[in-house]
Amino acid sequence: MAEHTLSILVDNRPGVLTRVTGLIARRGYNIESLAVDRTEDPRLSRVTLVATAEDVPLEQIKKQLHKLINVHKIVELSAADSVDRELALFKVRAGTAERPELIKLAGVCKAQVIDVGSDTLTIEATGTHDQLAQLEELLSPYSIVETARSGKLALPRGRR
Amino acid sequence: MQASRKPAPMNGAAALLHALEDLGVTQVFGLPGVQNIEVYDALLASDIHHVLARHEQAAVHMADGYARATGRVGVVLATSGPGATNTVTGIATAYMDSVPVVVITGQVATASIGTDAFQEADITTITLPITKHSYLIKEPGELVPSVFEAFYLATSGRPGPVLIDLPGDVARAPVRYRRPASPPQLPSYKPTIKGNARQIKAAAELIAGSARPVLLAGGGAVSSGASSELITLAEQNTLPVVTTLLAKGVFPASHPLFRGQPGVYGAPGANAALQEADVLLAVGTRFSERVTAEAEGFAPNARIIHIDIDPAEIGKNIRVDVPIVGDAATVLAALRERLEAAGGRAALSGATGEYAAGDEAVLSEAAVNGIAQGEAAENGAVGDGVLDVPPHNPSSGADAFGENATKHCFAALGALLREHDDVIITTDVGQHQLWASHLLDVDEPRRFITSGGLGTMGFGLPAALGAQVACPEALVLCVSGDGSFQMNLQEMATAAVQGLPVKVLLLNNHSHGLVRQWQELFLEQRYSHTLLSDTPDYVALARAYGWEGRTLDLADWDSGDGASRRLTEDLCWLLETEGPALLDVVVPTSDLLEPMVRPGGSLSEVI
Repeated sequence: MAEHTLSILVDNRPGVLTRVTGLIARRGYNIESLAVDRTEDPRLSRVTLVATAEDVPLEQIKKQLHKLINVHKIVELSAADSVDRELALFKVRAGTAERPELIKLAGVCKAQVIDVGSDTLTIEATGTHDQLAQLEELLSPYSIVETARSGKLALPRGRR
Repeated sequence: MQASRKPAPMNGAAALLHALEDLGVTQVFGLPGVQNIEVYDALLASDIHHVLARHEQAAVHMADGYARATGRVGVVLATSGPGATNTVTGIATAYMDSVPVVVITGQVATASIGTDAFQEADITTITLPITKHSYLIKEPGELVPSVFEAFYLATSGRPGPVLIDLPGDVARAPVRYRRPASPPQLPSYKPTIKGNARQIKAAAELIAGSARPVLLAGGGAVSSGASSELITLAEQNTLPVVTTLLAKGVFPASHPLFRGQPGVYGAPGANAALQEADVLLAVGTRFSERVTAEAEGFAPNARIIHIDIDPAEIGKNIRVDVPIVGDAATVLAALRERLEAAGGRAALSGATGEYAAGDEAVLSEAAVNGIAQGEAAENGAVGDGVLDVPPHNPSSGADAFGENATKHCFAALGALLREHDDVIITTDVGQHQLWASHLLDVDEPRRFITSGGLGTMGFGLPAALGAQVACPEALVLCVSGDGSFQMNLQEMATAAVQGLPVKVLLLNNHSHGLVRQWQELFLEQRYSHTLLSDTPDYVALARAYGWEGRTLDLADWDSGDGASRRLTEDLCWLLETEGPALLDVVVPTSDLLEPMVRPGGSLSEVI
């Protein structure tokens, strides 16, 4: 199943996200990741979503999304001509013994320690999906307590 | 009085009615309840006429029938909760057939939304997949602009239902009425009307060079008002025409170029025309699987030109060679001009003459002779092979649909309807619907009203009432079956109270006939729960509702006895009764709708 990243400009209004996600689910797509917030124009929000589908052509989904009155623009972003990032928070079991090691590891991986508890450490990392997966693997020997991840954010490269 | 003075405030409900009046609405259908009580109060001060339905689903079907008969927006008022959820089937019916309907539901007060308040239902979310757009009005200031937007969206582009959910407190809140600029400015919504010139040129070239072209018209040709463009284009270029269930009448059934209705239960001539075509010009159709049967085997030799206002329909079900996004009538006019400039199809394909309106008789005769002799028409006026497929002729050629009592009933009805001027036929869903669509001639658009996409049983009677309200002078006949009719028969009360003289021809086979037919043909005659009893007594039922009623038993029909004469007498009685009337015709349960395409098979695989 192919993975597709869609960047969708929509009206920044209640209920619009339901229209977009409902339509995608109805037409047979599975949403892998989703990120939404308002854009430089407060009347508009950008929905960045990653979806996989069995055999429904992506073109049909885009056409159906275009029919939603609140959808302004849809761009499919390919890895080659866009930049993308995800954000992840990892809360790791860490007593005084593990702390220095973990702080060093975070530094090497360009991640930051944002909270230190009595027996946990929370690390914030930004990167591509694969980079974050790699970090997660490195952290797993230390026993990960909880994680939270954003959906993928993406923009086309270069000028608009 | 100064013109610049601020308008006096009125409540939201009065502003809603004012907006409807400014939009030209003269007719609404609905039912009052606690959360739309203000709207009904404001209705008393308005000139808008209201038809009180007995069920909200039926109110939507009435508005739908009104819209299909006229092209105007059908408007529905319903209350919150169950009133709103009752509209769902009606809205889905209108959505599947692209009918402009605006449904205005009451909602609990804004402060109570989300609390599971009494009669609260999240109707905007429930109807998301079956509306073109919807509004939940939380601010009084949004109400009037939203109503204007709703009407614009319902009628423009590909038409469809729009829902406005109006909380009770917003209906009571003060609103200063200002008529918004029209049309509303919606930057994200700009339907394409004119077709792409290069694609139109490509389409014209394909048609000009075709030997066996066919024009397939769908419901979009009706909503676009493309009937006369279709006729001109077909006549100028000698294009045989087939129409889908929803397009019935957009091309006259009596026209020599008409080949009938194709599909899974299609006319053999229509299906043959499609399967043998080398160029298919499809206009305003979504290639539903009921039309195409198995998609791979559909029109296998044809280059396909597809005109549709909805870009999402192009290439969705069927591969297309020349896609043209645009309004059907506008694109057809451009295509006709292109072909005219090139001298038309006949000239380019090497035929000697030109087909004009005056040649109809010749053309028709040539076609019929061609068939009778089992060879292609050789008249110089037509292109090679175009008319190999016989013209559609329900009155004499209906033998293709087999010989049985039900079909005989349609033949008798068809003969009588030809005596009447302005006839609107509505149907329910099932065998009777398809028999009616094949065996009754309709020569004008918006005169055959049926639920095609959703296939909603119970549609026929309320749709007939809506059509009768829209066209008081017309003879409105609902052809129904005993399964369908019992799904909305409470609206007989509405007809009686409103004085709507609709006629119901009830083909009573004591069963859900089409499902039973599938059980007979494909499930080894295991008739699981498809048999209905001989209850109710429809004549007594008609009388109970203030209708006239008669019954006629054709179960043991035999053309030899007096059944034919009695049938004609009773049909005459039905059509000529002054008020609402029902004729219950008992037909054999065993009558089958034939021919049909093998399930999963192509249009060529008839069983």
